[in-house]
Amino acid sequence: MPKPHGGRLVDRCRLREDVDIEDAIALKVNRDRSEDVENIAHGVFSPLEGFLCYNDLENVLENMRLDDDTPWTIPIILDVNKDELKGAKEGDTIFLIADNGMVAEMEIEEIYGIDKERLAEKVYGTKDPSHPGVSMTYDMKDLFIGGRITLLKEGKKVFEDYVLWPKETRTLFREKGWKDVVAFQTRNPPHVGHEYVQKAALTFVDGLFINPLIGRKKKGDFRDEVILKAYDSLIRNYYPKNRVVMSILCTSMKYAGPREAIHHAIMRKNFGCTHFIVGRDHAGVGNFYDPYAAHRIFDEFPDLEIIPLFFRSFFYCKRCGGVVNEKICPHGKEDHINFSGTKIRQMLREGKIPPAEMMRREVAETILSFDNPFVE
Amino acid sequence: MEDKKEEKKFTTISIPTALAEKIKKRIEGTGFHSLSAYVTYVLRELLASMEEEEASEALTKEEEEKIKERLRALGYLD
Repeated sequence: MPKPHGGRLVDRCRLREDVDIEDAIALKVNRDRSEDVENIAHGVFSPLEGFLCYNDLENVLENMRLDDDTPWTIPIILDVNKDELKGAKEGDTIFLIADNGMVAEMEIEEIYGIDKERLAEKVYGTKDPSHPGVSMTYDMKDLFIGGRITLLKEGKKVFEDYVLWPKETRTLFREKGWKDVVAFQTRNPPHVGHEYVQKAALTFVDGLFINPLIGRKKKGDFRDEVILKAYDSLIRNYYPKNRVVMSILCTSMKYAGPREAIHHAIMRKNFGCTHFIVGRDHAGVGNFYDPYAAHRIFDEFPDLEIIPLFFRSFFYCKRCGGVVNEKICPHGKEDHINFSGTKIRQMLREGKIPPAEMMRREVAETILSFDNPFVE
Repeated sequence: MEDKKEEKKFTTISIPTALAEKIKKRIEGTGFHSLSAYVTYVLRELLASMEEEEASEALTKEEEEKIKERLRALGYLD
């Protein structure tokens, strides 16, 4: 079992039945920030114990590391308006509350400002507002507060039974006797190509950890319950029961490409995984990133301590009669059927079952059993 | 609010030259680009393993049983 990132699994949970926040300064946070709070508290973001202060943020932007040199690529920051702070200053403790009932305490260590254009350019490699991460950055409020948080009350979750925290996955892997565990990050229902990648990786390790990302989505994306049920169906029908675990990760996609690939790997290391699958254009969007930039960035982190498994393009080859990749298939493009997400989505939208070489029938039927599988 | 200026926090530590030379040889061809980067990594690792030992004691028997109970209830464990 790998050590958590930074050496220690953070636990900032001090859960209570009743929390009295009367007379205290309470800052209402949105879904994304509320998820950040819970991920910090439960150690998903270990070694972070709170939202980043200025020096850590600067180091993350410039060097992709925290101030103490621990690899960290995505800013976990809390934006606020001056009015919302209601006079709270550095050294004060405030409450963070969310619509789902989450309540946390935050010790304000630092209040600071930062140039959002620079922030966007460093993290996303572009200032173009058509990039969803850049536009999210520009929409952030003008001040940032850094400091340690303590989770007092967990927020209600729609898919509660699918939520496992690092303490739980680490116990689970240990109980199963898994030493080497490969993590697969996803935000789509599985097609045959995904199954190929997962099974190829599983061949060399003890267990597969499928960890769909559940969070804010774009219009046209598959709905969360569709992704979960589709995976349930695939696992039930095509995976050995004692070799696979699926649980969800509640956090939003940033579409930060290579930087986010490192972040995804770090989170899975905290869940207890030893290997992490990195696909083509991992966490990319549109044509903003070179499809293999998310592979190359791992060269800069010899101290990451989770082994990336790189997969290039894979496809169904009619002559090979199975799923292959460009390294192992000698045939030409005319024999290849690509796993086009757009094409699969289009067929499902029309109520059609994609061909067996693209998607398992059971998976497609599960998706089609929903009135509308897509986010409106 | 104005941007703050980054305060870089590095310090110099002396190690025997012979050891430094040995380390330099060791990191040749690896992703570590400097002696400092490697030494930082090794020291962080050492501290981390010490902290990990302390942390593993933090999970009490009761906590572990509670976790296993939930895992069984959700069907993750038999």
